[in-house]
Formats: sequence, structure tokens, C-alpha cells
Amino acid sequence: MTKKKGKMTGAEIFLECLAEEKVDTIFGFPGGAVLPIYDALYDAPIKHVLVRHEQGAVHAADGYARATGRPGVVLVTSGPGATNTVTGIATAYMDSIPMVVFTGQVPTALIGNDAFQEADIVGITRPCTKHNYLVKDIKDLTRVIKEAFYIASTGRPGPVLVDLPKDVLNATYEFSYPDKVELPSYHPTYKGNSRQIQKAIDIILKSKRPVVYAGGGVVLSDAAAQLKTFCEKLNLPTTNTLMGLGGFPGTHKLFMGMLGMHGTYAANMAVTNTDCLIAIGSRFDDRVTGKTEEFAQYAKIIHIDIDPTSISKNVKVDVPIVGDVCNVLKELIKLVPAAKGLKEYKSNTAEWHEQIDKWSTTHKLSYKDSPKGRLKPQYVVEQLYKITKGDAIITTEVGQNQMWAAQFFLYDKPRTYLTSGGLGTMGFGLPAAIGAQIAFPKKTVVDIAGDGSIQMNIQEIATAVQYKLPVKVVILNNIVLGMVRQWQEFFYDKRYSHTCVSVAPDYVKLADAYGAVGLATGKRDEVASVLKEAMKVKDRPVIMDFRVDPAENVYPMVPAGQPLNKMLLV
Amino acid sequence: MRHTISVLVINEFGVLSRISGLFSGRGFNIESLTVAETLDPAISRMTIVTTGDEAILEQITKQLNKLVSVIKVHDFKGEPHIERELLLIKITANAETRAEVLRIVDIFRAKVVDVSPRAYTIELTGDEEKVEAFKDLLRPFGIKEIVSTGRIAMPRTPKHK
Repeated sequence: MTKKKGKMTGAEIFLECLAEEKVDTIFGFPGGAVLPIYDALYDAPIKHVLVRHEQGAVHAADGYARATGRPGVVLVTSGPGATNTVTGIATAYMDSIPMVVFTGQVPTALIGNDAFQEADIVGITRPCTKHNYLVKDIKDLTRVIKEAFYIASTGRPGPVLVDLPKDVLNATYEFSYPDKVELPSYHPTYKGNSRQIQKAIDIILKSKRPVVYAGGGVVLSDAAAQLKTFCEKLNLPTTNTLMGLGGFPGTHKLFMGMLGMHGTYAANMAVTNTDCLIAIGSRFDDRVTGKTEEFAQYAKIIHIDIDPTSISKNVKVDVPIVGDVCNVLKELIKLVPAAKGLKEYKSNTAEWHEQIDKWSTTHKLSYKDSPKGRLKPQYVVEQLYKITKGDAIITTEVGQNQMWAAQFFLYDKPRTYLTSGGLGTMGFGLPAAIGAQIAFPKKTVVDIAGDGSIQMNIQEIATAVQYKLPVKVVILNNIVLGMVRQWQEFFYDKRYSHTCVSVAPDYVKLADAYGAVGLATGKRDEVASVLKEAMKVKDRPVIMDFRVDPAENVYPMVPAGQPLNKMLLV
Repeated sequence: MRHTISVLVINEFGVLSRISGLFSGRGFNIESLTVAETLDPAISRMTIVTTGDEAILEQITKQLNKLVSVIKVHDFKGEPHIERELLLIKITANAETRAEVLRIVDIFRAKVVDVSPRAYTIELTGDEEKVEAFKDLLRPFGIKEIVSTGRIAMPRTPKHK
């Protein structure tokens, strides 16, 4: 059965399709090739958020998707409009974020003619989309849109791009939205192999030093509750990847903090010494593993992931389980009560828990704070955590700010720490915060930023002002590109090549110029009051300029390519 | 290790670049690649010859399977199958050498498809070994030009017992 509504233009059909997909918000920027859609949008019920740069549109849709779990939707024009989306699409692709990007295209008759504002965006985005389409015939339009949303949001999610030539948008056709998707070549595996699942339980119960290493897949699969139950039932010490933060409660007694290059001492030591590593929705990224040969080298490794290509790609695993993380965890939980050797397991692992507690207490995350010295960025993040009571959606830019936001703010709920993990895209945080704030108008949304990365998409402050979004921007302003400076200090003989960005706008005046609120301080005892004042603003964005110590580094740090237990500590 | 992989794909525009882009983007090697329609015109078969160790081949197979346009991936390694490629070779053939060249053509069951006073163009099909042996034998006569297709492959039908 398909629904029928009579003849419509391609542009009208496009909007009907979005309504069928229950899209409530589009992030976009108009231009020549998509004028037919913008005309149809003029009196359409759907909300359109006008950004100031197409990259901002994609990150905003991405932030919306990360915060809600629903695909973000982007609409831009052809040529430069389309090419400006590429960084955003690659960001979403690396982090498996569901998203559908619609780009205008020159009329089909002009494709290939180097027409005005023509770019082969399908060719350009082929390696950074889960799939992409050029719609050459209006007959295919509804099917393609249906498939695009389906592919973007099922299996391992990801961005899908649909290129829409202007003549297709102007053509007319009978609207009928297909009920089903027929893709003979696309069948994600949701159910894990039951024998493998049993094998996993057997191995865990025989272990003495088990560790759960959970990634973004837990968040994407909405499996936080299942992960918590599973870890509690088997008393499993748990660490999260950067993308996994919030997938397991940050304040839980089994939580060891993040692992990897800037992971906690306890998490990195536990993963180094474990005899049973349970990797859940994670992909053994190089920032997590350090030197792969020594990563969990004493462990039997169990790996649950929906994407078979993630399994044994970087580190060989013993028990692969391909399936949806949530489903597999449910199956695992079912097997626990009847599992053999539960009692012995509990006593066998007691010593391990003591060891981890020791690591956690002797090497807490810390920094050298001094009330009289320069303001420390970590202190600002701690104060933010205190004042918001952890009840906020945090987005980040990329670099030191991102790591401090991961270390000193504890995330108890999934979809509250939105960060560009895989691609590491500077300029992500502000537009992502806009997307999250649009999805959750009542929530406190804070972009923890650096002074380097905030400037990469600062124009989106205008978007936040236009839609009266009370996004809070916390700039940890150290007048340098801090993470790069840190590497130069450690590994390049303190030759600070082009990492000083002291020529910067006065952020208070800048905020004012945009119609936002600007606040600034470099004093430790003013941090709390600045944050509190910012939290009171409900109708426009606030930029807070915290002038922090430029010499501060992120610790612990595992130098690239080193094993995880070779950490540089505070 | 060299592998011959058969990939069934949806016959749509851009599918070749999806496959070749996957190989180049992930640093996999393509030695040869052929594409043709199957019995079902909506589906094409690509036969790809690639090299890599077991882990790389596992990634290649998985990554290919992950593409939305790919229906099925089959690695012929370790399974009885027939492989063929087609060679066109133009060699110098004058009055003294013609007879010898024709003898070799005969032995290899190749075919002379074009003749001029000073050259023969010969067509040969066979597996890689045969094609290489043929080229080696003809080399002393003076090879003017070689064109060859990529490899195609088909599994042998299992024998009834």
C-alpha cells in the first residue's frame, strides 16, 4: 500500500517526503539550485533554521542528531553550498551519525558542462557518506528519499547525501510515498550469534581481571540502560571511549573514566593488564589503543559491533559478535543468572577490583591549581559541572578544550557529550550546540570551546541570536592553539611554530556586536559568578571568555604510538 | 597473496567508482578489474584481482560487503575454479619467422586475427600461466604491442559422487 496525494512539483514532493519521515527541523542555506524548495518552504509547516555558513548547517544537524537520535536534515544549494558541507559530512561519517544532506544541483541537461555553481558533489562525497544519490528523474524521488532516511538511520548509522537537480525539483509527478524499502544489497545484522554470546559469557566468568571498554555504539544503539545492567550484574569495571562518554554513568562506582591518549591512569592500566576485554560498540581507534601490539595483550578480547569491518581491523579479537549492541547486551544479561561459576567469578575478581581502586585513588585526574596563580581551564570545567549539577548537554570544539570537557565534567546520561571524535573537527561545537538547543529548547546547552576553534564557525552566533537560542559558549581562552602547542612542547623542542593566536577579537564586544551577551574574566574567584550570570540568560546566546593559563597541558598523555601504560602524568 | 574476487553489484551509474574508490581510499591494491552485465541486466559482475595478506583480504571483503551497492562478494581462493584472460598481441613476422610463429600459435591454440606483410596480430585466451608462457615464447620475434583484459573467473561445478 502506498499513500497517494495527486500531482505535485518535485519541490513539494520533497517536503511531503520530509513530513512522512516526521522531520520537524531542517538546517539550511538557500541558493539558486534549491530555489524551488525554498519557495515551497515559504508557507510550509516545517521549521527551517537559517545558518550563516553551510558547514554550520551540517554540524547543527549533527548536533541535533546526536542529542535526539533522530537523523539530522540539511538543505543547501549546488556548487559551493554543497562543497561547504563536506567537512560536516565527513565529521558525521567518522562518528556514525544519522543524517540526510540534500544538495541542489544544476539542471540535468547542464550536468557535466561546468555550469555556474556546478560541483560533482556525489563524486566528492562518495568516500565520506554511507551512501549517496543523484536523482535524475522525478519518478525516483520518493524512493530515493525513503531509502536515504532508511540507510542513514539503520545498521551502523551515517550520513547520506541526495543531490537534487533543479529541473527535477520543478517537474511534476504523482506523489506516492513508498511504505517499504527494497534494497537487495543492504541487510544490517541486528541479532548476535547465540553461540558466540554464550562463548563470551563463558570467557568472562573464567576471567580474573575483566574490563568493559564501551564506545559510541552504546549511545547510537540507545543501550545505556542495558550496559549499566550488564556491568552491574557481572560487577565489571568499565571505561568509555571519548565517543562513549555518557553511555555509562560517569559517577558510577564501576566507572574508571575515559581510556586512551588522554584517558585516566586507572582505565589505561586496567586495559593494559586485563585478561578479558569486552569491547562494546567501539572500534579500537588509534587514539584509544596506543601501540596496538601491546593493547590488552594479556586479554581474550570479545568484540560486539554492528559493523563487521570494525572487527579485527586494528586488533585481532577472539570472540567477535556482529549485532546491534542493545540486542546483544539483552541476550548477555539473560544468560547471567544461569551462568556456570558465578560465585567463583565474584571471588576471583575481588583482587582486581582492589587493584583498580588503588590505581584510581593514587592517580586521580588532577591539575596543579593555585588560588593566586593563573586561572586553570580545568577549574572552569569543574565549576561548570558544579553549577549545572551535571545536568546539561555539552558540546565541544577540538583540542585541549575537548579533553578537559571529557575529563572534568561527568556524564551520567547518553547524548549529553557531543564531540567530533573521529574526524576531530574544529568549529564543530557551536553549531552542534545550536542543533542540540533546537532539539531541547529548555535544556542547558554549553559549548566548551578553545579560542582557536571557536573562531572556525563563530558566524553561527548570529544564527543563535536569530532563533533566540540560549546557547552558552565557554571559551577556555589561552591565546594559543593549545593541543598543537602541547605537542610542540613535548615533541618538537618547544619550537612554537604558528600556534600563537593572540590577535583575536574582544569576545565581549564581539558578543555585543552580534546581539549576544559577552562576559569575561581571568580570575579564579569570578568564574562561578560569571557562569551563574550566564545561566540566567534565556533568550540569547552568551559568550564567556575565560582567560586561562596558556602553559596548561592535558594530562595524562600517552604519546602517539606508545603503549597505554606509558603515560606522561601531571 | 593474490586473490581473484567476484563482486555482484547493482548495475547503476557510479558503482564502478564506488568500488575503485574504496580500493584507492583504503590503500588496497587492484591488479585488474573487469565489469560486465550478468544474466540479470540490473546486476553487474566485477572481477577484481588483488593482493594482500589474510587480514587485508578480510578487510577488502568486509568493506566491499558494506557498500550499499554491493550484493555479494566471493573470493575464489582455495576453491576449484576456472580463470581466463584474453590477450591481443602484435608481433613482427617476416618471411623467415612466420612459420615458427604459426607453430607456436597452433600449439597454444591461439588465433591469428590480422595479417600484414610484416606483422601478425594474435588472439589468445587462457589463464595467467598460459598467457605468460605465450608471451615469453613470442618475445624473441619482437613484440610490437600487447593489449590484455583483466581476469574473469567462474567456480567449477562440483562433480557428483
